[in-house]
Amino acid sequence: MTAPSAVWTGWQQPSPRLRSMRRAQFLLTLGVLALPGAVAAVLLGQSLIAAAVLALAVIGTLTVWTVTARQWRAWGYAEREADLLVRRGVLVWRLSVVPYGRMQFVDVTAGPVDRWLGLATVHMHTAAAASDARIPGLPTAEAARLRDRLATLGEARAAGL
Amino acid sequence: MTLPTTSPVTAPDGLVWERLHPLTPLLRGYRVIGVLAVGLTQESVRSMPARVAAYLLLGAIPLAALYGFLSWRFTRFTIAESNLRLETGVLFRRSRRVPLERLQAVDIVRPLFARALGLAELRLEVVGGGRTEAPLTYLGEDRAAAVRARLLALAAGVAADAPPPPELVLVQVPGGVLAAAIALGGPAITGGLLVLGLGVLAVVRPEALLPVGISLFPLLLGTGGFAVRRFLTEYGFTVADSPDGLRLRHGLLETRAQTIPRGRVQAIRVVEPLLWRRFGWVRVEVDVAGYPGRHTGQEAQSATSALLPVAPKGLATAVLGHVLAGVDLARLPTAPPPRRARWRAPLLFPHLGVAWDDRHAVTTFGRLRRVTDVVPNEKVQSLRLVQGPWQRRLRLATLHLDTAGRDVHARAAHRDAAEAEALFERGVLLTRAARAAESASRAALRA
Repeated sequence: MTAPSAVWTGWQQPSPRLRSMRRAQFLLTLGVLALPGAVAAVLLGQSLIAAAVLALAVIGTLTVWTVTARQWRAWGYAEREADLLVRRGVLVWRLSVVPYGRMQFVDVTAGPVDRWLGLATVHMHTAAAASDARIPGLPTAEAARLRDRLATLGEARAAGL
Repeated sequence: MTLPTTSPVTAPDGLVWERLHPLTPLLRGYRVIGVLAVGLTQESVRSMPARVAAYLLLGAIPLAALYGFLSWRFTRFTIAESNLRLETGVLFRRSRRVPLERLQAVDIVRPLFARALGLAELRLEVVGGGRTEAPLTYLGEDRAAAVRARLLALAAGVAADAPPPPELVLVQVPGGVLAAAIALGGPAITGGLLVLGLGVLAVVRPEALLPVGISLFPLLLGTGGFAVRRFLTEYGFTVADSPDGLRLRHGLLETRAQTIPRGRVQAIRVVEPLLWRRFGWVRVEVDVAGYPGRHTGQEAQSATSALLPVAPKGLATAVLGHVLAGVDLARLPTAPPPRRARWRAPLLFPHLGVAWDDRHAVTTFGRLRRVTDVVPNEKVQSLRLVQGPWQRRLRLATLHLDTAGRDVHARAAHRDAAEAEALFERGVLLTRAARAAESASRAALRA
């Protein structure tokens, strides 16, 4: 199987700021965990440990930089006539199709970092708990448009359970 | 009789409100007694002088009785405009409407105490919420049956006062066969082997018996408890067909009569444990949306997902063909995955398979316990194609079929990647056509 994106046209991607968001989340975590550790090690005279912590932090940052870029490229969604396609994943590829008529409700969520970057996540729920139609990193306006469109289409095509 | 009236009362709003059975508070009271009994074992209570404890107890009983009476008095229900309306609560009033076209199943549950008094609980299953949202606890047995018939008639769009339709008994599972089947099932065998091992240990190294026994006790209790519970729940299993749906009756102490209206079956699972195959037995389970999850711990004892706890394969096939028209297990042309899938799933490989026609998807897996899942096309909620790194190396992929039930998770595992993609596309078209056909037939029914 080639990357699922090869099969359909009309794929749309989340905002490139999704990368920035993931990186910012990582850096925030790093700042909370690694920096105080390194500072404490320097103060205690353990410069070797401090150097090791900093080296790990740099390696981690570089890895996260490339991984987030690849993950962002893997995300995609396509609004087809009767259903929504969502693809994602680098290590594990996933491709979901959710018919509009199966939609029970749509969520739009945004955490503090998302809001700062003007992003939101759209999550379409069906009656099956396993359904997986979540699109992160959409610009707020696009998220609102998609939510309204999904809600309208869902109502027009609603199928019973 | 001096019991308060339960006959319907016409309220000022023009609705005919009904009450639960007047013995309800008495029956629910045994739970209060249970709470009191637990309370008595607490240290603070035991250190109290006996007289104080006795006064407290004497005070608590009339209070509990008063509360029970009030909560009975304040509970009423009515069936109007194809809604069930239920009002409860003494201090905090709650008024609930259940649209009957959303009804997934109706159960009549009779716990042991209720049976002694001729009472039954009517449970309506709708989607949403983690538990049964509209239980009518308790009604007289005849009344429960009458209310059920009314609810089902309204749910099917028939006049509410239509006579309850006749039912046709399809299968009755003999108790002996059920006991044998459970004894040959995985949990009972595991428990038996544990007991055997402990017996050997008692002879070889008696001094080690106590610590090993204590550490294995939870496992023994779990396996034994499972087998006993399953027997009590599924004893006397009867499958009957009636125009308003499939009727399942079962239970030894607490009995349950389930009614699953037509078209509410989300998926079917056929299970063949290793030791059953010699006898040609299978177990059939049914997935219905709305039943509380098995693990939420709020379900009554008698809950089960069985459609047939044990039956010869031929009989199960016949019943299955009845429940989901057009399914024939005996002539199931499931295609195996490519041979290289052995590298990904060496143990499961011999029994993996999938078949998908214009009505159902069928997938198989499992080695010791062979499982066949059947999903009607119009019940597929969404499709997922997943490929892990190891699968990518072998050019394999797994297609998941998501359904609204709790237990069945159908998947075509480790298919050739190109085939899986084609299956995905075909599934999209097949399920779309099935949904359209179902919507059309519903619209025609309404018109």
